[in-house]
Amino acid sequence: MDSLHLHFDIDGSDFTSAGEAASELKRVLRQLGFPPEIIRRCAISMYEGEINMVIHANGGTVDVYIDSDEIIFELIDSGPGIADVELAMQEGYSTASQEVRDLGFGAGMGLPNMKRYTDQIIVDSIVGVGTAVFMSIKLE
Amino acid sequence: MTVRMLAEKLDLECISNGDGNREVTGCYVGDLLSRVMGSAKEGNVWITIMSNVNVAAVASLADVSCIILAEGVKPDADLEAKLEIVDAALYTTPMASYEIAWKIHELIGV
Repeated sequence: MDSLHLHFDIDGSDFTSAGEAASELKRVLRQLGFPPEIIRRCAISMYEGEINMVIHANGGTVDVYIDSDEIIFELIDSGPGIADVELAMQEGYSTASQEVRDLGFGAGMGLPNMKRYTDQIIVDSIVGVGTAVFMSIKLE
Repeated sequence: MTVRMLAEKLDLECISNGDGNREVTGCYVGDLLSRVMGSAKEGNVWITIMSNVNVAAVASLADVSCIILAEGVKPDADLEAKLEIVDAALYTTPMASYEIAWKIHELIGV
């Protein structure tokens, strides 16, 4: 099977549209007949990535490649970068503003959830340049 | 037990119908959205006092069966508008989270 490619531009300007890319991905995966648990893992990982881009990076892009044996996500932004990736991967660590926390985000669970729900995650970040996150969810 | 039956037994005020025939698998209480996505299980009732538009996205992506706004919280206009495209029903009740969760446990036994 050829890989199916989906591209999403994430609007970094407001929180109301956050989740639209994840919802669209969910709809596509449903149409393709993937099991609910795989869809849920993809949707949550994607949403966390989207939210991170909105909170920290003023948006970015997500490319999803659906292969026969895995689903691959490439999330790229030109935000401020992550100074200490290891720290950012720890549950509860967050640099989000109070305004963002009042909306219910900033629990420090974004990257940890992305790690939890994917089979592989690589975070590549350069301070002042941006962040690239690669995730893979294996299909049995 | 279905969402609709649960709502009737708990005398919840319905804001958005959603899919009332979904089976309730349990209950999760929380207001931090990433915590909810990390811990709520598919089909759970989600009890929260958060009422902004992001609640709809989280409910949809975490695939909860319904949302109950506790302590008389009403949804923001943005949230109500977004619910039209979400499967999860939305209810509100004057009860606090603990009371709702306790009653759900009595009804469904988990």
